[in-house]
Amino acid sequence: MRRVRMPGRAAAVRGWRRLRRHRWYGEGPLHLVLMLGSFALTGYAGVRLLAGGRWPLVVVWFVGAALLHDLVLLPLYALADRAVVRCTAGAGRRRSWTAFVRVPAALSGLLLLVWFPLISYAAGGAPAAHYELATGLPAGVFLGRWLLISAVLFAVSALWLLCRTVQPRRAVGRLRHRRRATKRRAADGD
Amino acid sequence: MASSRPIPPTSPAFWRSPLRGPRLTALLGVVLLAGITLLFVTGLLSYAAYNPDLAGGVNDQTPGKGLLGFYLFSWPTGPRWLYRLTQGVHVTLGVVLVPVLLAKLWSVIPKLFRMPPARSAGDALERLSLLLLVGGALFEFVTGLLNVQLAYLFPGSFYRLHFYGAWVFIGAFVAHVVLRMPRTVRALRERTDPAAEDDETGLVAVRPDRPTVSRRGALGLVGAGSLLLLVTTAGQSLGGRWRRTALLAPHGGADPGGGPNGFQINKTAAAVGIRARDTGDDWRLTVEGGGRRVRLTRAELLRLPQHEGALPIACVEGWSTDDQLWSGVRLRELAALVGLGDRPPGVLVESLQLHGAFRRAALSGSQVRDPRSLLALRVGGAELSRDHGYPARIIVPAAPGVLNTKWVARLSFGEG
Repeated sequence: MRRVRMPGRAAAVRGWRRLRRHRWYGEGPLHLVLMLGSFALTGYAGVRLLAGGRWPLVVVWFVGAALLHDLVLLPLYALADRAVVRCTAGAGRRRSWTAFVRVPAALSGLLLLVWFPLISYAAGGAPAAHYELATGLPAGVFLGRWLLISAVLFAVSALWLLCRTVQPRRAVGRLRHRRRATKRRAADGD
Repeated sequence: MASSRPIPPTSPAFWRSPLRGPRLTALLGVVLLAGITLLFVTGLLSYAAYNPDLAGGVNDQTPGKGLLGFYLFSWPTGPRWLYRLTQGVHVTLGVVLVPVLLAKLWSVIPKLFRMPPARSAGDALERLSLLLLVGGALFEFVTGLLNVQLAYLFPGSFYRLHFYGAWVFIGAFVAHVVLRMPRTVRALRERTDPAAEDDETGLVAVRPDRPTVSRRGALGLVGAGSLLLLVTTAGQSLGGRWRRTALLAPHGGADPGGGPNGFQINKTAAAVGIRARDTGDDWRLTVEGGGRRVRLTRAELLRLPQHEGALPIACVEGWSTDDQLWSGVRLRELAALVGLGDRPPGVLVESLQLHGAFRRAALSGSQVRDPRSLLALRVGGAELSRDHGYPARIIVPAAPGVLNTKWVARLSFGEG
């Protein structure tokens, strides 16, 4: 852990502080001040956040957001990523496909995560009706748009992969040519 | 270890990504430091833009704020696009920072499972503070994202949850920034991460996998995610042709209907219970103040001097419209009808709408006195449509959209 650098003070004071720090608090005085200040603000805003009859639900949302992310969302996308890596690792191929699947899938998943309510309005029901009633806009369009963007992302990725797979042989030839030219220029310069 | 038991996440050997290390975390942390600071400031500005202290707190959705309203000031009326800018930045930036936040949390996930859970009292306090930091960040992002998508799933008023949640979060955020800043600066100066055995942050993998992407590649992916969100969202705040590019924004894509009234609507007449008979020939505008009261028909209002002004609508949800050409009667000239023309006070505006938190809203004296502040009767040369507030609506420069009350029934000067 980080230590707060002590200014030049009497050794006795330093020793006393270090003793206290190590004995029970384990951190420097700045740490304690910051923690107390931070929790004071948390308490002041927290009682207002939790005012009203539905405070247990607010606590569930606040803590649940962290738990849901750390224990569900993150392991899920990490496992999905591992599956992508395993399926695309370049067994027998010169170039791994991993990035060409991982990148469009991650971007498409990100859009779904952020705009899930909008995208889900395509299923109809009360939320979609509420959106249409409030804004006067059609609610069903977002699923199609998300699918379209995802399709474009995967198509661009596939084209890119195709170009990279077809090109190397020609690129190698060009590179050799360029290297020869560079060498010649360097020799001229000497 | 010869044992074939699966390694638990509490063991450092469980975490194998070669990308993790102080440098990646520091880079993402610095981006979040700048971004979240801007989010917090624009959020506070949005609260100030409501002028929550007017008229005994009619506009205030968090009246119990106490000291947390210490910074409030009277919101100016210019430049006219002020709220368009601050709230467009607030919402768009919040959306764009989602991948950065996710990447930052991913980069430090091994520390959640660190053993022992607390080494000392100070360490335990800090870990509790980190729960508020992570929970608070996710709570703010989730409530914000749900609110702009009109998915009111959260338990209670959005304003209350998002405002007080931000203060709970920011306390933990400031403590975290101060405590981590020295290590962050050092990580950014160093060219490489330390070896796992020299790494006191606990981020560098002790048993790293073969890399499947470089750190630059991973940062590129985060950046591409932010960029993709930006280009599919920002158009709803830029307006004009750009709105068509906002394919995944709640007010992106096409405008509703066509003609002069074909611009974005926050709440339609049907959504807030406006009935056709309330807005017909029997509609009267009541103007009160200074002990006097005047009632006007729409025809009488149209016979008063008409003024034009080009002003945008900017919503707390982040979307906004281009300048629309409104025409109608100046608020200060309506104040003059009840003898308050010299130095008009604020006004309490009441709508015909049956529900909605802002069916009563207060405007400040400076908002009433601005010559561009109108009781608008027409827009773009046509009658207001029902969804844009026919028979009459308020339009004030730089004010949040909800204070531009539609379907106005009563103006009470001196109560604002």
